[in-house]
Amino acid sequence: MAERVLMKGNEAFAEAAIRGGCRFYVGYPITPQSEIPEFMSHELPKRGGTFIQAESELGTINMSYGIGCAGGNVFISSASPGIALMQEGFSFLCSAEVPLVAMNVSRSGAGIGGIQPGQCDYNQVTRGGGNGDYHIPVFAPSTMQDAVDIIYESFEIADRYRNPVMILADGMMGQMMEPVVLPEPKTLYKDEADIANYKPWALTGSKGKANRNRIKSYHAHPAELEQYIDYLYEKYMRMEKELQRAESYHTDDAEIVFVAYGSMARIVREVLEVLRKDGIKAGMIRPISLWPFPTAPFEALNPEVTKVVISAEMSKGQMIPDIRLALKDRIPVKLFSRTGGIIPSTEEIVAFVKTLRKELK
Amino acid sequence: MKAIYQSTVGEGLTLTDTSYCPGCGHGIIHKLVMESIAELGKLGETIGVSPIGCSVVAHEYMNVEMCEAAHGRAPAVATGIKRVHPNHIVFSYQGDGDLASIGMTEIVHAAMRGEKFTTFFVNNAIYGMTGGQMAPTTLLGQKSTTSIDGRKKEISGMPIRVSELLATIDGAVYVERVAVNTPANVRKAKQAIKRALDVQQRKLGFSFVEFLSSCPTNWGLTPVNALKWVGEHMIPYYPLGIFKQPEEEK
Ligand SMILES: Cc1ncc(C[n+]2csc(CCOP(=O)(O)OP(=O)(O)O)c2C)c(N)n1
Ligand code: SF4
Repeated sequence: MAERVLMKGNEAFAEAAIRGGCRFYVGYPITPQSEIPEFMSHELPKRGGTFIQAESELGTINMSYGIGCAGGNVFISSASPGIALMQEGFSFLCSAEVPLVAMNVSRSGAGIGGIQPGQCDYNQVTRGGGNGDYHIPVFAPSTMQDAVDIIYESFEIADRYRNPVMILADGMMGQMMEPVVLPEPKTLYKDEADIANYKPWALTGSKGKANRNRIKSYHAHPAELEQYIDYLYEKYMRMEKELQRAESYHTDDAEIVFVAYGSMARIVREVLEVLRKDGIKAGMIRPISLWPFPTAPFEALNPEVTKVVISAEMSKGQMIPDIRLALKDRIPVKLFSRTGGIIPSTEEIVAFVKTLRKELK
Repeated sequence: MKAIYQSTVGEGLTLTDTSYCPGCGHGIIHKLVMESIAELGKLGETIGVSPIGCSVVAHEYMNVEMCEAAHGRAPAVATGIKRVHPNHIVFSYQGDGDLASIGMTEIVHAAMRGEKFTTFFVNNAIYGMTGGQMAPTTLLGQKSTTSIDGRKKEISGMPIRVSELLATIDGAVYVERVAVNTPANVRKAKQAIKRALDVQQRKLGFSFVEFLSSCPTNWGLTPVNALKWVGEHMIPYYPLGIFKQPEEEK
């Protein structure tokens, strides 16, 4: 049954995964998401699932690939440098068409960076650091409820497309407490014996099958590989059309439109209220899917009304190329950015807008 | 009439010509592994993992459900599979570049966790697929394309003995090194596979068989001389035998 509870972000993410059909969790400790493996280690076995602590993020992604090949529904989580280490695996899973739900509770900076919240993994998750032509849908919730709902749904999305799905939540969301409504637990397959019915492509042993299943990534012949790449490309194009998601707030009459996702979108929502009280017509587009980047709300903006678009990020303008493409450069784009793990205040963004308006006049 | 030889082609092995070079040990080892699983009547309940290396295509020939793994990661992948299907036979099949170099972490930790699958480790003392570079198992003085004057201890250290290393790990319950260089050794190799699979079926822990194998192509030897080289050079450095077995069998 659905129930309303007060939970810490990371624990709510894990609970949503279990309710969404996660039967296996693999992880390796890293701040700010270690509560997820901790929670999974004691909760998942009680609910009929399996927890594995891997020796590294390479172990995490490759054990998960094995679980996925064998038809198990698997959830993994990590934070920025850990996700970086998994990139070969993501490319491999995409090429082998193995589903997986991954969560990046992201931190700040390149290299080891810092452990405070950040959004500078935008390029890493939307472009991917692995080799080859591949795509992973990325969803960026901005409230705990968004996160719970999208994690819950992601197992079915991953299975439908036979592809990994990524949830990007910054460290601030992982650490905060908020009331959420937890959806009813669902069962994707009953038991081990039921996997072959639910996922006929999975490796469950060839017994009783007309043809044995094989899952592969290597193609020795160029013509065969090109054909396979074209087949996957067609799937990615379908995903690009079907998975775009966004929310628009007060954009119809807005002279200034923010673009923000995740924790930044929460702050910008407050900024909009303050600006509107001061008579400044401001709105926001909140991309929920970062890949595919949602284009429709940008196409709907009228340059006669909207004079400037502000990309508000905890990164250095990584989202701007996507915004400019979606806008087809019809409206100028400015950057508001804080990094290093610093979360901007409402006042600071309001002041930024007021200065910008003076400059534009 | 009693059959003196039963071919596993069409049963454990597919009816396909392999891509392996003449005199390569992979073909013999494929046959032994698949014969052993066929004799257990478990082909339909087996899942294998092929590595990156010449045997990436093992799934073309081994007539069971299989997947490929990224270079070195097969033990992690097999771990995932076995956790989903704990009653199936699960194995990884890996070369020495794959297992003893890039994948050393994954094999050590799979053994440490006592994962209940079997690893078949093909040690041909060289990187086959990429054209004969030095492996961690390349013998001292052995020539390769990245050690053209022969491997030197001062630069590259001593070749690693993986079976001995894994035998120090509690979770590794069965560890044996065999060779496929003579008919007698080939027969012993099959017995090792069967014992390892038995340990797996009894869920006692991790099981491991190392095969000293030949790569005539990258050693620059004829198939016959390559097999001789295994006996003359590899076996003295990599002694054959059981390094670890369940208590009651000692
Ligand atoms: C990440 C990565 N690094 C390097 C390679 C290139 N590569 C392919 S096979 C191989 C070595 C294979 O040697 P071995 O494991 O000894 O197997 P063999 O071919 O001798 O059977 C290497 C280095 C790769 N495919 N992926
Ligand atoms: S290169 Fe060596 S290992 Fe590879 S198939 Fe040929 S003989 Fe076998």
